[in-house]
Parts: sequence; structure tokens; C-alpha cells
Amino acid sequence: MLSFIAQRLVKGVIVLLAIIVLNFFLIRLAPGDPAVVMAGEAGASDQIFVAQLREKFGLDRPLPEQLLIYVKGIASLDLGFSFRQQAPVARLIAERLPATLLLTLTAFAISLGLGILFGVLAARFAGTVLDTAITVLALVFYATPLFWIALIAILLFSVWADWLPSFGYETVGAGYVGLRHALDVGAHLVMPAATLGLFFMATYTRMTRASMLEVKRLDFVKTARAKGLRDGVILRRHVLRNALLPVVTLAGVHAGTLVGGAVLTETVFAWPGIGRLMYDALIQRDYNLLLGVFVVSSAMVLIFNLVTDLVYRLVDPRIEFSA
Amino acid sequence: MLKRVLLGLVVGCGLTAVHAEEPKLGGVVNAVIQPEPPGLMLAMVQNGPTQMVSGNIFEGLLRYSPKLEPLPGLAESWTISPDAKVYTFKLKPGVTWHDGKPFTSADVLFSIEMLKQTHARARNNLVMVEKVEAPDDLTVVFTLKEPFGPFIGIFEVGSMPMVPKHLYDGTDYKTNPNNNTPVGTGPFMFKEWQKGSFIRLVKNPNYHEKGKPYLDEIYWQIIPDAAARSVAFETGKVDVLPGGSIENFDVPRVSKLPGACVTGAGWEFFSPISWLWLNNRNPILANKKVRQAIMYAVDRDFAKDVIWNGLGKVATGPSVSTIKFYSDDVPKYAYDPAKAKALLKEAGYKGEKIRMLPLAYGETWQRWGEAVKQNLQDVGMNIETIATDVPGGNQKIMEWDYDIAFTYLYQYGDPALGVSRNYITSAIAKGQLFNNVEGYSNPEVDKLFADGATAPTDAKRKEAYDKVQKILAEDVPVAWLLELQFPTITKCKVKNLITTGIGVNDGFRDAWLDK
Repeated sequence: MLSFIAQRLVKGVIVLLAIIVLNFFLIRLAPGDPAVVMAGEAGASDQIFVAQLREKFGLDRPLPEQLLIYVKGIASLDLGFSFRQQAPVARLIAERLPATLLLTLTAFAISLGLGILFGVLAARFAGTVLDTAITVLALVFYATPLFWIALIAILLFSVWADWLPSFGYETVGAGYVGLRHALDVGAHLVMPAATLGLFFMATYTRMTRASMLEVKRLDFVKTARAKGLRDGVILRRHVLRNALLPVVTLAGVHAGTLVGGAVLTETVFAWPGIGRLMYDALIQRDYNLLLGVFVVSSAMVLIFNLVTDLVYRLVDPRIEFSA
Repeated sequence: MLKRVLLGLVVGCGLTAVHAEEPKLGGVVNAVIQPEPPGLMLAMVQNGPTQMVSGNIFEGLLRYSPKLEPLPGLAESWTISPDAKVYTFKLKPGVTWHDGKPFTSADVLFSIEMLKQTHARARNNLVMVEKVEAPDDLTVVFTLKEPFGPFIGIFEVGSMPMVPKHLYDGTDYKTNPNNNTPVGTGPFMFKEWQKGSFIRLVKNPNYHEKGKPYLDEIYWQIIPDAAARSVAFETGKVDVLPGGSIENFDVPRVSKLPGACVTGAGWEFFSPISWLWLNNRNPILANKKVRQAIMYAVDRDFAKDVIWNGLGKVATGPSVSTIKFYSDDVPKYAYDPAKAKALLKEAGYKGEKIRMLPLAYGETWQRWGEAVKQNLQDVGMNIETIATDVPGGNQKIMEWDYDIAFTYLYQYGDPALGVSRNYITSAIAKGQLFNNVEGYSNPEVDKLFADGATAPTDAKRKEAYDKVQKILAEDVPVAWLLELQFPTITKCKVKNLITTGIGVNDGFRDAWLDK
């Protein structure tokens, strides 16, 4: 197993390098550069100003040289400097990463836990009112745009009921510490995490239900039943365990997008995470920062793919490792 | 509808003003800042949000009234020599930087040298300066090469912020660590900045105007979504929405919320004006008749009433009615599609394709682009909209790769500072923004703008600007749309926020909270 992980890590580094080079050129295909953006924002520009900015961003050098400098930096774990924000890219990302991980991991946990639970319930009581209710709700949440759910949630719970804060990560200026602070962050977390979680929950519910019903029909389940095992045991140990594999696959894919995937939610709820950082960097053509976010989120995808493979093995010991 | 709201507010707020209340001390104000500024070092970064936050931290030598008359700032008095070439400023004694070091004329001299390298607008404003001297610690003397009428208008904090010499002299400006913790002389001091969340400023206890500021703290909240910003105001989490914080269509609704006060004041210095850049190099648009036809074809009253919810004013020409030397004695273009069609026919336009770039600044501009496209199609023009984001659009415009493009620019209080740059021949330079990108060139206009800038008396200046406005309105180098208005919406408990011609950008020095 260790050699499997090692081999996968080596492959991962090669893939990462390819991603970096590809992204480097892709980003520069977009018209406009940071100097253009900053000149525009300043409301004035002359030759010297734009030239100074280009020099500052290193844009006056030939493209291959820029790439070489960048890759060299990455090799020494230096993600470069965001001239626009006057700070090292690694620090900017590190500042935002906890907020994003808190949001997406919570959403992920909610969606996976509830999704599987509802899926199992729906499959167990297939054809009943409960099943119909779960299926319809899942379909609604699956089909409704995220931002709309977010806005309605704000309207309901912030504007009308005044139960939950509508934006931000914590109550600014309140100076809470300890448990009070945790509760405060928690209150801010409820709506964005629920909004983001609902969509994925709907996916897992539908997936689990379908998969359960399929496994239920297989011969070994009939055998188990013939042996006289109790329903609960059959459902848990025979059906669910086998039905989970496709859900794990899907969850693995989703987990990879945890870092960069919450742009919309973070924007609507003013959550200070990576998604917004990436979006701002794109709008401002902050090349180094944008590449930095790409590198980090690509690395996350690679890592989560590896983790998914390991989880497969846990869920189904018949699966063997080979790189 | 908005008029009614404004009237109601005048009455409502007027009642409290009658008592001439004493400012109360203390309190925290939450304001919205949008988008998040790239930095707060005003001498290095000049975009709108930076000016808005940093106007509290830094100060200029002068401030300007809503009528754009100079007011004392870091300079408590000034004299202008009879030949209008020597400006002598007396600095206020006892002013200190936030770190306790005294502010002196040496800081002024240093700031000017630094700004010439880092601040494009300051560099251009200072072109006429022959030398700057500091005979003593509290005196600064500017000697000009020749009289320059707008010179007294360039000392506002955003145009010429004062920088602490002791922290910047001899360092690499770009990487100076103080850029992240700016030190100024202003009423508020930088405290902390949580990227993506908020910027926090605290009261400067040693501020040179005794008793001010009244507030303890300001939080500038960073909320990226426009709808979320209006909700934040609605739920009382935010007290100040500076102009442009929420979408225009939301302004009437939010203005009517209980406890909301609205004002259009505070934009006199910037006086934003929107227009369509018409690429005069395009053979079709090179024809004056086609350009005039566009002026007749675009329904600007409709745009004002429907797209901008009644905010703003239809522009008459290159100058905005709130800046110096504005003249409305110019050819006018009322909405007249029939006349537009006739002019197009005269010009021999046969339906050639024209590319139009809307401004990627949100919904209002998107809709405006659609409305203008419709207007122009109605008179028979073949318009193709090019979709792009801001950097892409900027690049196209500065490389002259467009036919018609939306924009809006500030006028900085004086035609020589904010108007002439868009029309004079010497301002044609590829690869730059906000100059004469339309490629209009008229020697007479060049001469009149030059005269207007250097004439020794205001009467002479006015003469030149009256003429040039007439010529430009006749020639239509660009198609002027609206004098824009960005109303500032506040909770009524925030008093005395906007007192000068630069509005919120002048900082919260006079503001207080009625608890």
C-alpha cells in the first residue's frame, strides 16, 4: 500500500507540473493584463504609469522567461508575490483557506451524512409517501439554482425572522473569544453551509436510493434473506455497503472541488474564502495569485483522488491497490 | 418617485437640523467598501475604494467646498502672487503623523517628488511647476512656469496625498512595509485589515483639529454581492452605503426604508459624466453627421428615468454642470429619431456593421447597453454588441480596437484637469486609457483648451471654455449621455458625513453618531 501511495504521489507531481504550465498559458490568453486593470481603476494613465506597472508585474519580460521564473519558484514551494495585493501569494491563500475549508467541509459532511440517510430511508420505504416526499424534495433542491436558494434563505432567516446573520464570517468588532466566538462563527456558517450542502445532499440522496434498490435485487441479498438474517442487518451490511461504492466515487469527485468550488456561495454570503479570492484575482488579472489558487486546488484534487481510492478499499476490501 | 423620497428626507432630516445639535462623541460606524481595495497607500494606488478608505488616513494641503472653493487642510492659509505664478502655502503648526513625528514642509517637498514617480494624475497636474521650495518648516512655495488656472484645485487628498518622509525617503516605494500599515496625518488611523472581510480604522487621539474626529471606529465591510449589500443595510449591519454600492434599481427601495437618509451631494469635485466613445478613425464615424445622428438617436431621458431610476441629468456637452466654467449655451440634441435617420441618409450610411462595447460594471450598464443598441437599431444602424469583462474592454479601448464604447470619467473640478484630456490632440496616445482614445483632433480646440488652462484671470478662462464647449457640442467627438449621480445612502443617525465636494472620500472627520 505504501508503494502505491508513493507511486501515486510521483505521478501527481508530474500532473501538477503539466497543470501549472497549461494554466500559465491559458490565463495569459485572456485579453488585458494587471497593468490595464489598475490603470483603469486609477482613472488615469500615462505611458510611464503603465510601463511601471508592467515592470513591477514582470510582464515586460518574454513569456518563456516568466514561466521559468514561476516554475522555479513553485519548485522551491514559493507561490510568488501578488503585486496587486502587496503580499506573498502563499500568505493570501493561507489566510483564506481555513474559512473555505470550514464552509466546504461542513457542507460536505452535512450533504454526505443526510444524503446517505435520506437515500437509505427512501430505498427502505420505496413506493411509500416517505419515499415520494424525499425524492421530490431532492429533485427540487437539485434543480434550483444555488444563488436563488441563498437569496431566499437570506430573505427568510435574516430580513424577516432576523435569526441568522446575512453576511460575513463573524460579527465584526464584537471581539468574542472562546466558545462565544465559536458560536458566532457557527451562526454565520449555518446558511452558507446549508445552501451549499443542499445541492450535494440531493445528489447523494438520489444516488444512494437508486444504488440501494439495484443491489437489493441481487442474488446474495436473497441468499442473506433466505438465511433468515434480520432486515436491518441485511440493509446495513449487505445492501448499503455495496451500494455505497458509486456514492464514494461521486463524493471523491466533489471533495476535489472543495477548495475552489464555492465561489457563488462565498460571494452571496460575503464569506472570506478562496473562491472569492480566485474570482477577484481573475477579474483583476492577478496572474500569480490566480495561478497560486489553481496550484493549491489542483493539488487538493490529486490528494482527494488518492484518499478516495483508499476509502474504496475500506468500503470494499475486495478492491486491490495497483497504481 | 425618488424626488418624493428626497423631499420627504429633506423635511425629515431638516427637523433635526433645526435644533442645531451638538455633535456627540463616540460610536462605531459600519460602511460598505466595494470592491475590496488592492491597497491603502494612496500615493501608490489611486482606485476609487482606496481613495474612499484612505481619505480618512491621509490628508491633502487643501479641501474643497461643494462649490469647489479651496478650504484649509494641512495648509491653513495660502497666497497667490499677482502674476499668478507663485503660490505660497502656510502649513498648520502642531500637526503630527500617526507615529508621533511632526509634519513639516520637508514632508511636502518629499511627497511631491514621490508622487511624480508613482501617481499618474499628480505627475500631470505638476507639469507646470518649475520649482517647489521650503523657506522654513511651515512654508511651501510653488513657482510655476506660467500661470495655470486649475493649479489651486490639485491639492485634494486623492490628487496629492501627503506622505511621511521619514518612513519613505530612500526606500523602494513599491515594497516599503508601511504600504500595508499606512501612516498619515488624518483623523483616523489604520488598525487592521482582514482580507475579504473588513478594514478597521480607529480614532486618531492626537488629530490636529481639537475635538475631532467624533467617532471611535470605522469598519469598512467587504461584501461582494450587491443584493447582500442592500440586505446588510436593511438589517442594520451597515450604516453607510457610499455611492454605487448597490444596484441602481435597488436605490428607490432602500431609500424608503425606515431610518434611511439619502443625498446626492459629495460628487461635485469628481462630477462623473458618461458617454459613448466614438472611434473617429472609423470611416463611418469620422463623418460628423453620423456622430450627430447618434446624439439624436439615443433616448437619454429614457435612460435617465428607466435605467438610472431618475438619477442624474442629461449631459449637454463635454463639461458637467457642477464644474467650473460650465456653459449651457451650446447646440442641444433632443431625442429625435427622424432627424437621426435623415442625417444618416445625408451621410450616406448604408448599414455597415458597427461594433459596440458595453461597460462591464454590472446590471445597470448591461441594460443601458441594450437600450442604446435598440435606439441605434431603430434609426437603421447595424450594431453588434461585443461582450467582454473589464480588463478585456479596457485593452480594446486603449488599443483603439472598437467603434462605440461606453465609459464614464471624472472631471476633477476643472476643465483643464478632467475635461481637456479627452479632446486635445496631444492626448492621443495608443496603449493608454482615459485620454483622447477617440482620435479627435481640432487645432482650434487644442488652442482654446491651452488658453483656458493658462489664462491669468477667470474671466479670460471662461471666454475660452465657453467657445470650446460650443465647438465640441457641434462636432460631437464623443456622444455624451448623462451626468451621473451616485447617491450616498446612510442611516439617518449618521450625521454630518458629507461636508465637502469630494464627499465620502474626504473622510469621516466631521461625522458623528446620534445614538
